[in-house]
Amino acid sequence: MRFSLLRVRAILIKEYIQMRRDRLTLAMIVGVPVMQLFLFGFAINLDPKHLPTALTIEDPGAFSDSITAGLMNSDYFRVVRQTRSPAEARRLLDRGTVSFVVNIPANFSRDLVRGASPTILLEADATDPASGSRAVGAFQGLIENALRDDLKGPLAARAAASPAFQVAVHERYNPESNTQYNVVPGLLGVILTMTLVLMTSMAVTRERERGTYENLLAMPVRPLEIMTGKIAPYVIVGLIQSALILVAAKIVFAVPMLGSLTLLSGALLLFITANLAVGYTFSTVAKSQLQAMQMMVFFLLPSILLSGFVFPFRGMPGWAQALGEIMPITHFLRIVRGVMLKANGFADVWPQFWPLALFTAAAGALALARFRRTLD
Amino acid sequence: MTAPQTLAIDVRGLAKQFGDKRVVDGIDIAVPQGEVWGFLGPNGSGKTTTIRMLCGLLKPDAGEGTCLGHDFRRESEAIKRKTGYMTQHFSFWTDLSIRENLEFTARIYRLPDRRKMVDEALDRLGLGGRQHQLAGGLSGGWKQRMALAACMLHRPDLLLLDEPTAGVDPKARRDFWDQIHALSDEGLTVLVSTHYMDEAERCDRIVYINVGRIVARGTVADVIAQSGLATFVIEGTNARELAPHLRGLDGVESVAFFGAALHVSGHDAHKLETALAPLHSRDGLSVQRARPSLEDVFIQLQQESRGEA
Repeated sequence: MRFSLLRVRAILIKEYIQMRRDRLTLAMIVGVPVMQLFLFGFAINLDPKHLPTALTIEDPGAFSDSITAGLMNSDYFRVVRQTRSPAEARRLLDRGTVSFVVNIPANFSRDLVRGASPTILLEADATDPASGSRAVGAFQGLIENALRDDLKGPLAARAAASPAFQVAVHERYNPESNTQYNVVPGLLGVILTMTLVLMTSMAVTRERERGTYENLLAMPVRPLEIMTGKIAPYVIVGLIQSALILVAAKIVFAVPMLGSLTLLSGALLLFITANLAVGYTFSTVAKSQLQAMQMMVFFLLPSILLSGFVFPFRGMPGWAQALGEIMPITHFLRIVRGVMLKANGFADVWPQFWPLALFTAAAGALALARFRRTLD
Repeated sequence: MTAPQTLAIDVRGLAKQFGDKRVVDGIDIAVPQGEVWGFLGPNGSGKTTTIRMLCGLLKPDAGEGTCLGHDFRRESEAIKRKTGYMTQHFSFWTDLSIRENLEFTARIYRLPDRRKMVDEALDRLGLGGRQHQLAGGLSGGWKQRMALAACMLHRPDLLLLDEPTAGVDPKARRDFWDQIHALSDEGLTVLVSTHYMDEAERCDRIVYINVGRIVARGTVADVIAQSGLATFVIEGTNARELAPHLRGLDGVESVAFFGAALHVSGHDAHKLETALAPLHSRDGLSVQRARPSLEDVFIQLQQESRGEA
């Protein structure tokens, strides 16, 4: 038989008709990329500004007022808290409430006037070294500008006899700015999201495509029983994956594990369940396995792009951050980085724990509501 | 008649609409316990939809009644526990073995002595030797045996079978029906849909539906008698070639091939006889009045309701 263009045409026409029939899939092929282009195009910003900063002033006075004003007027730093207690500022940094702590030490004014060149300390949360680097770079110039007016007149000599003061930067939690400390725990979240959502997104769809759904429905079994039974084995799969990644993180990438492994396991269990519940919800909606796949990708992209995994979370506009706060991985990443790199305890990660639990419950409830008990 | 029988299925006014198409349109069925009823009708007449409504897989738009004493609209859970439903298309898990499928079913129904019951079911249907074979690799007849074994596993009181023997060879079909009759002797009620006339004749009663409505019901003899149909069988040289010619004659309502013979049917026996009279004189041709077969009746019924529609 010779190659026949007519037969190619026959196949082509058949494929075209089938493609056109599957409206939802077609709409997703066309609509989703456009939507994502706009979504991520506006959301992603590689130069995050207005980063939350705590200011500890152990030496109130004209100089610290100028520095405060200078920070407040700056693009990079947004002072959300002023405190006299370094311990409190430290806690804020631990919990990730702030990205920076600026410390004006005791006797700063006296030392400055005496020419003893006092040090202003900038503590940066370096768990994600990239996201704060520009702010750190701008810090010294910013302080110099802020104090310029104060160092005129009688103190002009001090300004000239540089340095009148010094700026010290402490990259906390990751002093060597090792990006793997950030990336490897992040990958744990991404890999789990990708594989687990995919696994359960086929769960009900496959039964429907193969015709076994009718049999299942004719049996005396409750939707909650089906869901629990279908999700449970993959929880084990997820835990095995996690164990492999964590061992590799320790041995191959030398990522520190400062916090409690038990706490991390608890977070993993919750996060794994959240993803499986999402996948299961998709599978109750999707008409075919192809559609289930598309939904998985639709969920995966914002999980990677809006969670703070690839791009700095605080660089995104408010609406995109709100969207990111919905995704389970956003909270999971904060927990993992917090526990592994900052030795966070349960009280520190609780603000991330409950949104994760809420999400899991909501996804499960939606799946049950969507589950059809009949073939209608 | 004996004392009033218990009805396993007793539903009235069953109706279901898909979009603007009325698939089931006011069906009443009352099946006494322990009987085997045949459910017949052309493709798309609403058989599957009716069966699915009875076992709670579809929500009826209208209708009331009971299945095994439970309100069929509100107590589908209880009905499911006591009913075995065999779907038209094989719907067990092709990537599980026969035994695994049965064990799964046994677990869902929370059967005690699971292992023993599965063993018994395998033996009863002669599946023991194939129990570890994947269900997907079985031939049609074996698949059907397995499906029957699975839906009988929990000893249901009612069996709903949707074209269980489609695509199954005659021997397997006969074995299957022997099983059904053995089970019905033990008190099981069976509602079975089929396209095969020989199977219809094996049922205690038949219900014939078309376009969502019941058009005939009763025993096979009843249905044939009710049809008021007269049938002549024409056999002999070139009988088949007469078909196009006969179709136009007054009184002839249907002409069907049965091997080398022709079945010519119509409601008016006298007209039919007159129309066929000239054929008597032809050489090598025999024309004889016969009892209409069930198939003659069904084809007639189908043509009639098409005329109405």
